[in-house]
Amino acid sequence: MDLRFRPEYEAFRQEVRAFLTQHWTDEDRASAPPVNPRGMSLGTAIRNDERATRFRLAAIERGYLYRHVPRRYGGSEQPFDPLKLAIIQDEFRKAEAPGELIGQGPSMLVPTLLEHGTEEQKQRFIRDTLLGKIQWCQGYSEPGAGSDLASLRTRADLDGDFFVVNGHKIWTSNADTADWMFALVRTDPDKPKHEGISYLLIDMKSPGITVRPLRQMTGEADFNEVFLDNVRVPVTNLVGKRGQGWTVSRSTLKHERNLIGSALLSERVLDGVRFLAQALELRGRPAIQDPVLRARLVELETKVLASRYHGYRLLTLQARGEDPGIAGLVTKLYGTTLGYDVARLAMDVLSDRGLLAPGETTAPAMGMFLTAYMWSLGILIAGGTANIQRNVIAERGLGLPRDPRAQRDTGQNPKEG
Amino acid sequence: MDFGLSADQLLFQQTLRRFLAEQCPMTRVRAIMETETAHDLALWQGLCGLGVPGLIVPAEHGGGGLELLDLALAAEELGYACTPGPFLGHALATICVIEGASEEQRGHWLPTMAEGTSIGTVAWGEAGSQWNPEHWATFYEGGTLSGEKLFVPFANVADVLLVGARNAEGSVRLYRVEREAPGITITPLAVVDMTRKVQHVRFERTPATPLEGPPSGLQRAIDAGCILVAADAFGGSRRCLEMAVSYAKTREQFGQVIGAFQAVKHQLANMACELEPALSLWWYAAHAYDHIRDQCERHAAMVKAHLTDLYDRMTRDATELHGGIGFTWEFDLHLWFRRAIFDRGFLGDAHYHRERAARLAGW
Ligand SMILES: Cc1cc2nc3c(=O)[nH]c(=O)nc-3n(C[C@H](O)[C@H](O)[C@H](O)COP(=O)(O)OP(=O)(O)OC[C@H]3O[C@@H](n4cnc5c(N)ncnc54)[C@H](O)[C@@H]3O)c2cc1C
Repeated sequence: MDLRFRPEYEAFRQEVRAFLTQHWTDEDRASAPPVNPRGMSLGTAIRNDERATRFRLAAIERGYLYRHVPRRYGGSEQPFDPLKLAIIQDEFRKAEAPGELIGQGPSMLVPTLLEHGTEEQKQRFIRDTLLGKIQWCQGYSEPGAGSDLASLRTRADLDGDFFVVNGHKIWTSNADTADWMFALVRTDPDKPKHEGISYLLIDMKSPGITVRPLRQMTGEADFNEVFLDNVRVPVTNLVGKRGQGWTVSRSTLKHERNLIGSALLSERVLDGVRFLAQALELRGRPAIQDPVLRARLVELETKVLASRYHGYRLLTLQARGEDPGIAGLVTKLYGTTLGYDVARLAMDVLSDRGLLAPGETTAPAMGMFLTAYMWSLGILIAGGTANIQRNVIAERGLGLPRDPRAQRDTGQNPKEG
Repeated sequence: MDFGLSADQLLFQQTLRRFLAEQCPMTRVRAIMETETAHDLALWQGLCGLGVPGLIVPAEHGGGGLELLDLALAAEELGYACTPGPFLGHALATICVIEGASEEQRGHWLPTMAEGTSIGTVAWGEAGSQWNPEHWATFYEGGTLSGEKLFVPFANVADVLLVGARNAEGSVRLYRVEREAPGITITPLAVVDMTRKVQHVRFERTPATPLEGPPSGLQRAIDAGCILVAADAFGGSRRCLEMAVSYAKTREQFGQVIGAFQAVKHQLANMACELEPALSLWWYAAHAYDHIRDQCERHAAMVKAHLTDLYDRMTRDATELHGGIGFTWEFDLHLWFRRAIFDRGFLGDAHYHRERAARLAGW
């Protein structure tokens, strides 16, 4: 283990700070609300305007963002260094500067393309996705295929150089604003469930696509239904081979687990809760002086730190080429459970002021914590529910017997997971 | 640059695990804990042979010259194996000397502590659950100590005690006392964790030697204690999960192994989910002890609270998952349950450490 803040790292920190002072000024910071009220929302989490893009380009140039992505695809291609990563994240967070975009495109599609995409697909999509110029949505779930995703029925039939897609996707976050969708479709209905699926990139402007927004419990409408009616998709938009969509999507799902379980989301909300607890009075003293709230704040900070260091451990295993095993499987469950606990603590700090809805101007932080609280439920479900995560941890991580029914339905080889 | 164990550390861990599995299986654990002292000389000498007591002692004083993380890895293995004996108190006494004694004192005392021929322990806690040095009443005057210290591990086995006490100026410092010195009364106690026995120790004008190094030595030793306890708790937790998983794979009810029931799977998955990130947490704290000192005290407080709470839940769930057999004396699980109780109480409870962490953050 070697995380020493050797002089070179202190120097690096100073370098990052100097960069931030120069490139992300008070004016930049003031030009948009520092904390996005939908901080927990997937896909819309992080500021993405022109100022932010200009800043991100400079940050990539300097090697601070998208360090794992090759330069030729728009990343900064830096050697793996968890400490530098931590310093960057830390300093960017303190400066309220735009970090790496998170969301379906940068966090899920990009790693999938890096692993399975053709050179043309990489060139075409990665750079613009990292800068938020191409917005993506994830077309996996269907009305009849949620946890049991492999039972999906949206069909893609080959017609010359095109697939013709027909079906119905649901809960598709940001489909109304997305430029493209990465979707799982059934290309070989006669093959066993898992072998007949392919991974397709679909232009949302294609004729035959209808998007109908669905309103969430938060009152907003981020997710949608997507109807696909004879949508023609060039075969060059197939990622991986035909019939290998399930395997390809595995790598996406793994990244989704990491994305949703990432410590960053909880860290940001926890920063907010701490600030709130210092600023708000609760029965005649700052809320942070309440012994119970203090203890819970420390407890959750401890878990947020555990989650961060767990991330370092996973990155190290990855860099050493070792299989993280169960350590890699718990991230989503840990992170989302924690996200809920952190948001709920905010509600307790607010006490009766939690009754005020987002947008109410007299509400502390404009009511944004309610949104975070509700979203923390959404992410317990999205990307594989908590119970599905538990199944995965128990079966693949601990080697407990698979559910015989799920096994029969999916025809999966128990070892392949 | 990485956040993982080195090849040497992994090798050391394996060696120690194998040694404990062979030399101190559960039958041996039980035999040793049933003795009056719970200290077995042969086992201790075996650990000394592996260099365990002196791992962190500087090489020039006869130790391994390693770091707290290495010592914590040993603590983890001893926790995993439920090993009885004076390791923890000895390790902390050693750290008191390393961090709090003068160079000359270190030269005198460390070599025998490193080789384990002189066993140490720490006398810190006082009545009223006072683990906070600011509130200690034991005092040093005219070359002697007076006062009462509670929950001193292996006081009746140790050769030397490292005592925290107030001096004439009112500052709390470390003092070294020989167990055979006059004016010491050791009260044996019936204790929950029979693998790590504790006693109350009374000092009445007991001759003592002040440690003449930096005053920060005491806090350093307390931080180290929190981290070592956390590592012990992790080792025990991991063992409990392993036992529960392997039981779930073999015990059959309703015509199938119980591990095929989703409720059981989910209970085990929840345990694993809590356990995995906790490993990185104490690794980090242990690493911070040597390399990121300004973060160490607060991290140590947080890991002590977090890991010992976790240990409690893990032993509880593992016991439940074993059904009736888990509730028996003959089945070994309760020995870890008992160690969890020790880890939670010794050095102060979780709430105390969380409050400390809050104050250290300036809240
Ligand atoms: C905010 C949000 C955003 C989303 N965004 C997208 C998106 O962008 N793209 C996309 O494709 N999908 C998206 N989804 C859909 C999400 O992936 C599904 O909702 C999820 O996989 C669950 O499927 P379901 O809704 O059909 O629930 P079901 O599968 O019907 O599950 C209902 C309940 O049954 C439990 N359950 C089901 N099977 C089992 C089992 N084998 N063992 C134990 N319990 C079980 C579940 O845990 C759950 O509690 C989103 C969902 C939400 C909430």
